[in-house]
Amino acid sequence: MLERIDVHSTHTYEGYRLRKGRAFPFGATFVPNGVNFSIYSRYATACSLVLFEQGASEPLVEIPFPNEYHIGNVFTMVVFDLPYENIEYGYRMEGPFEPQNGQHFDRTKILLDPYAKVIGGRDVWGVEPDWNGHFQHRGRFVYDDFDWENDNALEIPLEDLIIYETHVRGFTQHPTSKAKYPGTFTAIREKIPYLKSLGINCIELMPIFEFDEFENGKTSPITGEKLYNYWGYSQVGFFAPKAGFAATGKYGMQVDEVKTLIKELHRSGIEVMLDVVFNHSAEGNENGPTISYRGVDNKTYYMLTPEGYYYNFSGCGNTLNCNNPLVRNMILDCLRYWAEEYHIDGFRFDLASILSRDQNGAPLANPPLLETLAFDPILAKCKLVAEAWDAGGLYQVGSFPAHGRWAEWNGKYRDGMRKFLKGEAGMVGEVAQRVQGSPDLYSWEGRGSTASINFIAAHDGFTLHDLFAYDSKHNEANGENNNDGGNDNESWNCGAEGLTDDPEVLSLRRRQIKNAISMLLTSQGVPMFIMGDEVGRTQRGSNNTYCQDNEMNWFNWEQAEQETELFRFFQMLIAFRLAHPVLRNGFFLRGEDYMGSGYPDISFHGTSPWKPDWSSDSRVLAFLLDGKHARGGTVQDNYIYVAMNSHWEGHSFGLPTLPDNLQWHVVANTGVATPQDIWEMGQEPLLSDQTYFMMGPRSVAILIGK
Amino acid sequence: MAFSMTSEIKDSVGIISLHGSLDASSAPQLQAAVQEDVIKHVKTLVLNVKDLEYIASAGLRAILFAKQKMGSAADIYLIAPQEQVLHTLEISGFDQAVIIQDEYNG
Repeated sequence: MLERIDVHSTHTYEGYRLRKGRAFPFGATFVPNGVNFSIYSRYATACSLVLFEQGASEPLVEIPFPNEYHIGNVFTMVVFDLPYENIEYGYRMEGPFEPQNGQHFDRTKILLDPYAKVIGGRDVWGVEPDWNGHFQHRGRFVYDDFDWENDNALEIPLEDLIIYETHVRGFTQHPTSKAKYPGTFTAIREKIPYLKSLGINCIELMPIFEFDEFENGKTSPITGEKLYNYWGYSQVGFFAPKAGFAATGKYGMQVDEVKTLIKELHRSGIEVMLDVVFNHSAEGNENGPTISYRGVDNKTYYMLTPEGYYYNFSGCGNTLNCNNPLVRNMILDCLRYWAEEYHIDGFRFDLASILSRDQNGAPLANPPLLETLAFDPILAKCKLVAEAWDAGGLYQVGSFPAHGRWAEWNGKYRDGMRKFLKGEAGMVGEVAQRVQGSPDLYSWEGRGSTASINFIAAHDGFTLHDLFAYDSKHNEANGENNNDGGNDNESWNCGAEGLTDDPEVLSLRRRQIKNAISMLLTSQGVPMFIMGDEVGRTQRGSNNTYCQDNEMNWFNWEQAEQETELFRFFQMLIAFRLAHPVLRNGFFLRGEDYMGSGYPDISFHGTSPWKPDWSSDSRVLAFLLDGKHARGGTVQDNYIYVAMNSHWEGHSFGLPTLPDNLQWHVVANTGVATPQDIWEMGQEPLLSDQTYFMMGPRSVAILIGK
Repeated sequence: MAFSMTSEIKDSVGIISLHGSLDASSAPQLQAAVQEDVIKHVKTLVLNVKDLEYIASAGLRAILFAKQKMGSAADIYLIAPQEQVLHTLEISGFDQAVIIQDEYNG
C-alpha cells in the first residue's frame, strides 16, 4: 500500500515542519505524526500559532499562518513531530482595534483556543498563578482513547429521574469526607455508595468546564478569608473540564479522571447531567481580562450595543451571542463533544432564556439554537433542561420554546410550594397544578409533566434547611453589603432566626423539611434537590454562596452521619417513589376515569373526601392517584393518597372509600415522631379507622390503598 | 530518568520489565514491543514496574493500547508499582484496566 503523502510536511519554519491543515474539526486534533490546528475569526487579518513548553513564560516558537493556510475565515495548519505532552498552545490575532465598532484585536495578547479540550494554568485549585504571566489559560492536547468498555449514556426515562444537584468540590472538600483526594472528581467515586444508598439516579454537576477560581479577587469583610469564584458559573473554555476539580489536574489528566467518574456512576445506575453556562464568559465587560473570545473575534462571540459596549443580560458583564450562526455551531459542537466523548446524559442550561435572544438581544419566537439542539441526532437522547429565565427580565417558565424536547426548571413550582409550606392562604389551587406536573404551564404543544423539573430548593437560594430557618438572607460574608442574592425567598424561620436550641422550633423545621420532600417526591414531573438537603445542610442563612470556599458550602459528612432521621426519611421516600409508577406518569393526568375503575386517574379532596376546599383561606388539600390508571393503565399500581395540611392547626381528613375491599395503610406521616414518620415498603401499618385520618398541624401524610 | 525495557515470553505469558520514566518519548518503545511480539503469542501480559519511577499520560496510554490489542479476555498485570505510579493509576482510573499485584505467581 502506498504511504499517505499527507503525513509529510511541505513547509518548515524555524525547524518546525508544517503542512496546510484541515479546517474541520476546529481546535487541536491529532493526525498522523502531528497536530492539526484550526481556528476561525471573521475579522482577523493575520494569525500565528504560539507554542510554549508546559508552564514556560516565553514561547518556544511563534509560527505565522502562511497566506495559503487561510481558508475563508479559518486559519489551519499541521505541525509535525511535536512533543505533545509538554506543549501548550495559543494564538496571536491581528486585526482592527476599534471598540466603538466592537473590534478588540490586540496583538500583544496570546489567546486561548475557544475549542481547547484541556486547559492548563489553573491546574490545582487555589494555587495562585503567576499574575505577571501574559498567557494565563493555556491550550493543551488530548487523546480520545479512553477505555469505556461497554458504557453508554443510561437513557433513563425523564419521568423516572431523581436529580441530585451537586458541586464537585463542595461534596467532598470537608475534612470529614475522609476522601483520599478531597474536592475532586475522584473523590466523588468514593462516595458512590452513599449516593446509591440515598437512591438518587441522576447527579447534576454544577459547572465543571474550566473557570478561574481567582476571578472574584475580594476578601470577606466578615471572616477576612479570600473569596473565590467557587460555583464556577463563568467559563474560560467550554470544551475543557475544570482542572482544579481533578486530582490529576497537575498531570493534565483531568479528561481521563472525569470519564472514569462517569463510567463508574453509570455502572451504579446514576446518570450525569451537566450544568452548562453558555450565556456569558469569564471575560466580563470592557474592563475584564482578554482570555480568548474577545481577542479572537469579539463581534462574533458577544452581543454588543450599537456603540460597541457589551449587553449584560447575564448579570455578569457580557452576553454570549448565542444566535450568531458561528456561536450556535460552537455550542452545538461543545454539547456533541460532551455527549459523545464523555457519555453525558443531559444538560441543564444556565439562564437559558439568553439562548432565545437574537443578536441584538430581542427575544426570538423560534430561536434557531434551541431548535437545533432539540433536533440534533447526537444529542437526541440527552436531557435538555432550561433555566427558563435570564437576568435581563426575560421569564419563560411555561413558554420556553421546547420543540417537544426541552424541560424547564420550574421556578413556579418552587415559589408556589414554598408559599403553601409557610402557611400562606389561597395557594391550594396552585398546589393542585404543581403536584400534577404543572399542566397550567406545560399542557400545550404536546408537552407532558416531564417538562417540569420540580424543586423547592436549588444551589441558587436557600438550602431546604435554611428555607425553614431564616426569614431573610444573610449574605454579609460575600462583601456586597447583603445586596446580592434574591429577596423573594418565601422562607419562614419557624419562630427563631437561624441558630437556636428551642426544641419546638427545631422540631417544626425538621417537619417542614419532611413536608417539602414529601410534596416534591409525590408530585408528577421530575424531582430535584440539592446535595445535603437530605441531612439538613445549612449555609447559615446565605442564599448566594457563589464565592464561599468553606464550610458554608462543604458537605459535612460527620453531620450527615448523625442526621439519620432526615436521611432515612429521604431514602425511604425515594424508594417509595421509584416503586410506584403512578407517581411517575410522563404525561398529564386528565382527572377522568378512562379505565372504568370507578375512580379518575387523579382526584382532589379536602377535609371531606371529593370536596377540595378551593377557597381563598384554605390551607388543606389532598389528592388521590388511582393505581389502575398508572401510566395510562398500562401498569398496575396501588392507590396513593397524599394529604397536605399547611395550617397551624390539626385537621381531620375524611378518606375516600377504596374499592374491592382494599384498605388504607400509612406510608408516611410527618406529624408523627421518627421512626413512625415513615414505613418500609410492605411494613405500612393498617389504619384502624378507614374513614378519617387525623392530620397534625403543618404536616403531610401519604397513604397507600392495597 | 532514562528509560529501558526488557521483554520475554515464557509459557504464553509476556513479561516486560520497565525501568526509569515512561513518558511521551519512551512510550512508543513499549507500544512497539507489545505490537510486535506480545499480542501475537500471549493471553497474559505481566509488566514489572518495580523500577519504573514515573509514568505520564502517554505511558498509561501504551498500556491501554496493549489492553485493547489483546482483547478484554486477556489480563494485564502490573507488578509492584511505586507510590507515584500507583497514585497516577488510581486517580486517572487506569487502575481499572489492569490487575495490580505485589508479585506475579503465574
